[in-house]
Amino acid sequence: MRLWLVVVAAALGTYALRVSFVTLFGRVEEIPPRVKRVLAFVPPAVLAALVLPELLLYGDGLSVSLSNDRLVAGLVAAAVAWKTEDMLATVVVGMLALYALSLVP
Amino acid sequence: MTDRRDFLSGAWDSVPTLPANIPFGFVAGVAAVQAGFSDIQAVAMSALIFGGASQLAAIELLEKGSPLVIVVLTAVVVNLRYVMYSAAIAPYFREFRTNWRLFATQFILDTTFAIAVTEYERDPDTDRLAYWLGVSAPVYLSYVLGTAAGVVVGDAVPDGLQLDFAIPLLFLALLAPSITDEATGIAAAVGGFVAVAAAGLPMNVGIVVAALFGIAAGTLADVAEVGV
Repeated sequence: MRLWLVVVAAALGTYALRVSFVTLFGRVEEIPPRVKRVLAFVPPAVLAALVLPELLLYGDGLSVSLSNDRLVAGLVAAAVAWKTEDMLATVVVGMLALYALSLVP
Repeated sequence: MTDRRDFLSGAWDSVPTLPANIPFGFVAGVAAVQAGFSDIQAVAMSALIFGGASQLAAIELLEKGSPLVIVVLTAVVVNLRYVMYSAAIAPYFREFRTNWRLFATQFILDTTFAIAVTEYERDPDTDRLAYWLGVSAPVYLSYVLGTAAGVVVGDAVPDGLQLDFAIPLLFLALLAPSITDEATGIAAAVGGFVAVAAAGLPMNVGIVVAALFGIAAGTLADVAEVGV
């Protein structure tokens, strides 16, 4: 039951975001440039907040070293992401890097 | 009302996004089932929320035992970027009948938005609704079916495969194109490091707090740069 609550609440919240300006349009002709600029910071801030802890805090506590396989594989994948902007290539190379590193004793 | 040719050309234009879209749905399905979602709940999650990053963030927080309010809040914050797309696509949706407009918005995603606006700019004569539905249908269906496949496989995915690592990699792939200049880079750096520093905060509010810090830092950097 609580999982349904999460699904429905998050779905309604997300739909509200999607429909927001589509419905407002006409009443609000143009999204103010300043608001637009602030919104442009949402993806980098949110996505980095999701990624970095996964790479640095895997297992027990902070690990910033080459012995942290997830950090190294993540850096390799980051390079691919920046170079190609290809989602599939990023994921495949990152996973292969992780597998390769796990073979290194 | 709907123009068949524009629908098909939309569907065709969506094809390059599918190879990444299906695994995204798959990972969302596996993660949901492993977190204790029933099969129907897991598929409904993808069908109703239709936003992979927010779903995976929500699932992770549920597994950590966060309060439901924080789980939902985090999912919504992750999807805040759709407001930006909603604003940008609104002028093109204006000509739709109200019901169609309300239906069409459910399919706003990074990819569908980018493809459709490119076409609308290229050819003003495109039947916008038909094209939009053409782009959206394969993306939506493949994502939901990918989730269903993930649900079926679910717990059978061996832990040794470390499939959970695909999640930050998917985020990384979305992150890269969002960093377009110094200010967006600062937003990402601050968001990322605050999230690491705030990981111990009660109720896992870390991601929401980090996102707000990142957005604020980017805005400040912008103001400093432009000198307003």
